[in-house]
Amino acid sequence: MSNLIYLDNNATTKVAAEVLDSMMPYFKEEYANPSSVYEFAKRSNHAVREARGVLKDFVNAANEKEIIFTSCGSESANMAIRGVLNMNKNKRHIITTKVEHPCVLNLYQTLEKEGYKVDYIGVNANGELDLAQLEQAINYDTALVSIMYANNETGVIFPIEKISEIIKSKNKETKFFVDAVQVAGKIPIDVQAAGIDLLGISGHKFHAPKGIGALYVNSKTLITPLIIGGHQERGKRAGTENVPYIAGLAKAAELAIDGLRAEATVVKRLRDKLESGILKNIYNARVNAGISNRVPNTTNIGFEYIEGELILLHMSDLGICASSGSACTSGSLEPSHVLRAMNVPFTAIHGSIRFSLSRYTTESEIDRVLEVMPGIINKITALSPYQDELANLKRLRG
Amino acid sequence: MWDYSEKVMDHYRNPRNVGKIDNADAIGEAGSLACGDSLKIYLKIQNGIVTDAKFQTFGCGSAVASSSILTEMIIGKSVEEVKKITNKDIADQLGGLPPEKMHCSVMGYEALEDALHNFDDMTDLDDLREEKPKEKIVCTCFGVTENQIWDAIKVNGLKTVEEITNYTKAGGACGKCKGLIKDIIETYYKKEEAEKPQLSPAQRILKINNIIETQISPELRKDGGDITLVDIQDNKVLVKLRGKCSGCKNSHLTLKAFVESTLRETVDSAIVVIEVA
Repeated sequence: MSNLIYLDNNATTKVAAEVLDSMMPYFKEEYANPSSVYEFAKRSNHAVREARGVLKDFVNAANEKEIIFTSCGSESANMAIRGVLNMNKNKRHIITTKVEHPCVLNLYQTLEKEGYKVDYIGVNANGELDLAQLEQAINYDTALVSIMYANNETGVIFPIEKISEIIKSKNKETKFFVDAVQVAGKIPIDVQAAGIDLLGISGHKFHAPKGIGALYVNSKTLITPLIIGGHQERGKRAGTENVPYIAGLAKAAELAIDGLRAEATVVKRLRDKLESGILKNIYNARVNAGISNRVPNTTNIGFEYIEGELILLHMSDLGICASSGSACTSGSLEPSHVLRAMNVPFTAIHGSIRFSLSRYTTESEIDRVLEVMPGIINKITALSPYQDELANLKRLRG
Repeated sequence: MWDYSEKVMDHYRNPRNVGKIDNADAIGEAGSLACGDSLKIYLKIQNGIVTDAKFQTFGCGSAVASSSILTEMIIGKSVEEVKKITNKDIADQLGGLPPEKMHCSVMGYEALEDALHNFDDMTDLDDLREEKPKEKIVCTCFGVTENQIWDAIKVNGLKTVEEITNYTKAGGACGKCKGLIKDIIETYYKKEEAEKPQLSPAQRILKINNIIETQISPELRKDGGDITLVDIQDNKVLVKLRGKCSGCKNSHLTLKAFVESTLRETVDSAIVVIEVA
């Protein structure tokens, strides 16, 4: 599709050309097992070692040994959570949020069945965490606090440094895991300054391929491995190193470090242009969580009295990709748990669309979306049985 | 991404008969804003014929397509014909819907049923007082009643709780009513079983013999074997395996998994097949 406009970068991103180039030698010529002793294995061995150094800098870890390569964000999260709990068998309490990614939430539901007590911290209408509730929930039995760095649906960034201070002031032994999948490559990460014990990232959210992730575990935090076998990753994650993908992840991290400034300026400006343009031209649009402290590429807009899947289908007909918090898109019958936790009104929750940009998004693409969105929304609004309510809304906002 | 049929795509891209009819003779509604889809259908009825139909839908692609095609299906038809339309007819006309989207066709059916019910109310005031049993809500999240679930089972032959959720949404949110839904399914099939016409002993023998000769024996002959009916004692069906079947070490499997299950499905679930020498 030549006229594709891809605004679903929180779902996945395209692999950067430089990343693919950096991977190719390890498929073709340098295919040696990095653990082998001969000279031929040196290049692949060094590639993994260098990548570990890049990832260390990417999150500002104190030591390369604190980086473990994994297959994806879900593995990183599972390894961190199970790993910490297994090492602290006497503690049975976990704290997380109501708005975590399903890969983490479903794991906590499983852990509840296994006998753990899990507290879920709520958010306000702007999607911001209730820190007082968090502080109150931490006790002597709390093994782990697990909070995402930023929400994948709304882009709202959580005050990780402050949360870490709260945790450590209440219980020094409690470990802090941060799911950073949605911020890696979008804002700078500093695990030392933020007081993070464990942090998971996923390559395909910042232009590395699918199938590679990483977990930071600080040297003071002990975890058990999920995958037991060989000595790879210092015994924390068995399995022959995925050398080409590890090299690709490192390249993507390098590009992301270089691109962070552009994220905060160029990408943010385009996101803001899209957001304000839609609000200006479409009377039944509202921003869910319209606060400033968001990752620069994400906006979540609720179109009132219409349904999200139908919006996406019409956008798709014009080559525009985004995603929706509506129940119908996922096949589950309930709308987004994130928007529900924020108490987004029913009039808007089913018609919520998430646009997520990347550094490859161009101004002309945003202009094109702004040009066609009013037509799409008008067409669908004309079908709605809530014409009286819509007329009121138009009087109010139009 | 859903695999929508061409017809579904055509109807959500170019929905037919959108809007409302002023002075409609009947209006029907289904769904709600909170549930994520709702539909309003307006009918113009003259001399027992639906002369015009329009709709307004808040919902996904398949919900709009179901509403749109429904209006096409009913315009020009008599009220009597329209009353016979089921959700399955709507889905079939669309060239099928993904299983998880069947509830969209059910919503169309419910709005139509509501409209016709309102129409009857307006025309035959005497008839109206015919007592409709009080409807019990099973799924409180989506407000699905026992009758709706019962109808969905009846029309679509649903057998599992998951299918009920796909067709009616019941059980799709908190899941607390799943046990209740299971009970309804069991009650339905028990009732269906009980209402099956009872065969006389002679009819029963003839039927068993017929099934063996026309359905079971030809299959066994394909593998070089065969079967003969020896006797029937209440629920025990005594048979003799012949040809390659006799002495085959898998004959027990053939007997249970094929002969017995076929007879149980077609005649009586209590049948036991026994091999005699």
